[in-house]
Amino acid sequence: MSGRKGVEVRLENLVRRYGTVTALDGLSLTLAPGELVALLGPSGCGKTTALRLLAGLEESDGGRVVIGGDDVTGLPANKRNIGMVFQAYSLFPHMVAWENVAFGLQMRQVGTAERKKRALDMLELVGLERFANRYANQMSGGQQQRVALARALAIRPQVLLLDEPLSALDAKVRSRLRDEIRRVQMEVGITTLFVTHDQEEALAIADRVGVMQAGKLEQLGPPTLVYSRPATPFVADFVGLTNRMEGTVRSGAVEVRGQSIPLVHPDVADGPATALVRPEAVSIAGDGGAARGPLVGTVIAVAFLGAVSRVTVDLGDTTVLAQLPTSAASEHPAGSKVQLTLRPDPVLIQREEPAPAGS
Amino acid sequence: MAVAARSIQRTRRVKLQVFRYVTFAIAALFFLVPIAAMFEFSTRDNAGARTLEYWRSIPAYPDLTDAIVASLQLALITSLTMLVLLVPTMVWVRLKLKRLNRIVEFVCLLPLTIPAIVLVVGLYPVYFWLAENLSDSILTLALAYVVLVLPYCYRALDSGLGAIDVKTLSEAARSLGASWFDVMWRVIVPNVSNAILNATLLSVALVLGEYTIANNLLYNNLQVELVHLARDNAGVSIAVAVAALLFAFLLLVGIAFVGGRPRRGRSDSLDVTGLGKGPVQAT
Repeated sequence: MSGRKGVEVRLENLVRRYGTVTALDGLSLTLAPGELVALLGPSGCGKTTALRLLAGLEESDGGRVVIGGDDVTGLPANKRNIGMVFQAYSLFPHMVAWENVAFGLQMRQVGTAERKKRALDMLELVGLERFANRYANQMSGGQQQRVALARALAIRPQVLLLDEPLSALDAKVRSRLRDEIRRVQMEVGITTLFVTHDQEEALAIADRVGVMQAGKLEQLGPPTLVYSRPATPFVADFVGLTNRMEGTVRSGAVEVRGQSIPLVHPDVADGPATALVRPEAVSIAGDGGAARGPLVGTVIAVAFLGAVSRVTVDLGDTTVLAQLPTSAASEHPAGSKVQLTLRPDPVLIQREEPAPAGS
Repeated sequence: MAVAARSIQRTRRVKLQVFRYVTFAIAALFFLVPIAAMFEFSTRDNAGARTLEYWRSIPAYPDLTDAIVASLQLALITSLTMLVLLVPTMVWVRLKLKRLNRIVEFVCLLPLTIPAIVLVVGLYPVYFWLAENLSDSILTLALAYVVLVLPYCYRALDSGLGAIDVKTLSEAARSLGASWFDVMWRVIVPNVSNAILNATLLSVALVLGEYTIANNLLYNNLQVELVHLARDNAGVSIAVAVAALLFAFLLLVGIAFVGGRPRRGRSDSLDVTGLGKGPVQAT
């Protein structure tokens, strides 16, 4: 069951309105065959609406949905050959696991023996063949979502849709199941759209990440690119933590507290701006001691996150977050004076109206 | 300390059990004493001697047999019509027309606030027209009875549908290729079977006990016939009433037994060579 055999999926200029609210404002997105794209964004940004339009669970007010070259915009959900895993537990409570998995096959008039065989194969794929005769209420949340994944894949769909399938699970199970989903998706080679509001989840699992805001796609690209080169201030803000530091743009770079940092998009007018600097681009050069300067400050908090720690430094007129290896952070307890440096990674700037936000 | 706590808990459990049995016994007496009195009355002749004459003469009243059959048919038609109308409507409102939920609830509960005699006044012209133009069969009473049972059945079904995630289950089934009929028949109905059973029990009980509408619209159902019989022969009337109560009781128990059989332990479970019986692995 290996090898990529998915189909291309195209959402073309999709529009969806609920009364006066525009949930999707001309969304266009193409998923390559076998690719896993994660749609990431805050609540109400339109990511679930996009997924539901693709599934056929809602009708669009404009635009097209094309799967494998076929326009399926007018097709009802049950004719689209799409597998879907829902955020809420969606196993049919009156059926045991294998019957749930076989349900879609039953709807396709597959014979009983074949149905049972394929259901068991799918349960084996998600490592739950032992639970074939269990009801939903006899399984944990993670197991239920794995059965739901097996059920979605059993019908051999052209596209797999995952609507925040991990959000109801605890952190440890979520991380394990996330890897499991990726493994199964790679093994089956199915084109997959994964919707989540959890940036870590999106960055960890996807081939490409699409960040949405107000019904529009702000940026679509590989996780590393979205993180390191956010296209807009919103993306920079939403994906990962960001320090907002006042500075001045001069000749394609921004000068922040005496340090010059290149811009992601250097073709902007000179003048004051707010630079968006990642915490990992901030490091502690050494003990501040009696030193003075714009990047000398006092550590006010150290948050231990495991291998790394997040240090909050008060610079007098603002606070800055620095993310350091825990061993380095432990040398600077709260109250100590430190000298910060900013790594010259290209940054975005933000300006007050009427200047364009993303420069 | 632990021993004392266990002792207190045991005492509480015993007290609770006693309370349950006493409550059950009082409720049973409340229902059984009048029935026993009716049975006693229906097995004594005018001189006070024990006799089964009234019971033996029940089949001699053909109108009564017809009324029993008609009431049973009405119970069946009413229950089926109510389910066919109400279940899909309530599901559809939950799925697609949530804003209409309150209106549907109001309409369904409305008959509860209207006295039966007022209903009759409203229904009379309808039944007059029906009798003139379509049919004067007693079975047309099912139309009125569907309205009559709506509030009770709505409540029963509403609680059943409220216990499951209708939207997610329907969408899951749709995404797996199910038609709307399959969604209803294979997913929703099995998951609200208890609510459907309760609604059916209520509807059967109401129809079998209905008197006012049938009598005022000049139809002879079981209850109307019982009243007629009471004027003619009180002994037989009481014997029939006891028999009808027992019959209704057995019928309801039968429906509850057939509809409420647990699905677990079926023979079509998948043979995974004894797997699936181990401890649940937390994932």
